[in-house]
Amino acid sequence: MSDPVLLINVILLMIAVGAAIAAMWTRDLLGAVMLMGIYSLLLAVEWANLFAMDVSYTEAAVGAGAATILLLTALTRTGTREKAGPNFHPTALLTVIVTGAMLIYGTADMPRFGDPQAPATVNVAPEYIAQNVGKVDAGEDGPENDFGDHVPNAVTAVLASYRGYDTMFETAVIFTAGVCVILILRPLSPSARRETAQSQEGA
Amino acid sequence: MSLFATFNSIAFVVIMMIGLYTLIARQNLVKKTLGLGLFQTGIFLMYITLGVRDGGSAPILQEGTDLAYSNPLPHVLILTAIVVSLSTMAVALALIIGVREEYGTIEADEIATIDRAEAKEDHEA
Repeated sequence: MSDPVLLINVILLMIAVGAAIAAMWTRDLLGAVMLMGIYSLLLAVEWANLFAMDVSYTEAAVGAGAATILLLTALTRTGTREKAGPNFHPTALLTVIVTGAMLIYGTADMPRFGDPQAPATVNVAPEYIAQNVGKVDAGEDGPENDFGDHVPNAVTAVLASYRGYDTMFETAVIFTAGVCVILILRPLSPSARRETAQSQEGA
Repeated sequence: MSLFATFNSIAFVVIMMIGLYTLIARQNLVKKTLGLGLFQTGIFLMYITLGVRDGGSAPILQEGTDLAYSNPLPHVLILTAIVVSLSTMAVALALIIGVREEYGTIEADEIATIDRAEAKEDHEA
């Protein structure tokens, strides 16, 4: 408990879980989207608390910003009321409890929060950080690299030097998603509309 | 102490399960999309937690210091995942708008009823 990071982590996550439950519980879709925005913002603070600064910026911009705008835009076309119905769903509850129990059973072997001896911290991280150290301000005598001798941010360095293709094709994913949205929402051209009308008359 | 040290392992399962419950129990397609987004953020939490280290700071290297850094690798993976989750949500919402224009509703059970009625009509005709 002496670790403030852990204490803030627990408090933030409890508020976030509360916001998530409220967002899923309400039948007002507009309220649900707002609560999801709050949830995303809390997560952004949580990522900053866990020293994942790049993830924090991205979550604040994409999760709390862009996703909320997309959802609000969609709600203007679909309506904001969810049909009333039973909140209790036995099949769903059973599935969730069984899946959750299995997952928690699986996490029993995971290292504790912030364990310096965790496999990920001992085996993988030092290699990536050590390779990056030579690239920080190496000066004229330092080893040559593609980053102008100065990329202090390890996340940027790993992203650029090890996951370059992944990042490149990520833009392809965004492009494909954009094309899909345009094709789905595009109003039918007059000729296509005539064909649809004819096929319906024929049927 | 031990409960706090394993708090995140429980929390990410709880967040994922809230999303999964909504995905199954609710009929509204927008609500299902929100549940799917919640499910994804649970997985983000698991990854970021794995990168945390006692006394570690952000993985931004500083010369001449002996700081311990968080593991940068989970951060890189999750950066990609956040953007992909936005793309899938955009396509899902576009499809939901298309469904609304076609059926006049975004409740999954009502859509199934309309589909069954149309299939029956086709069968009789």
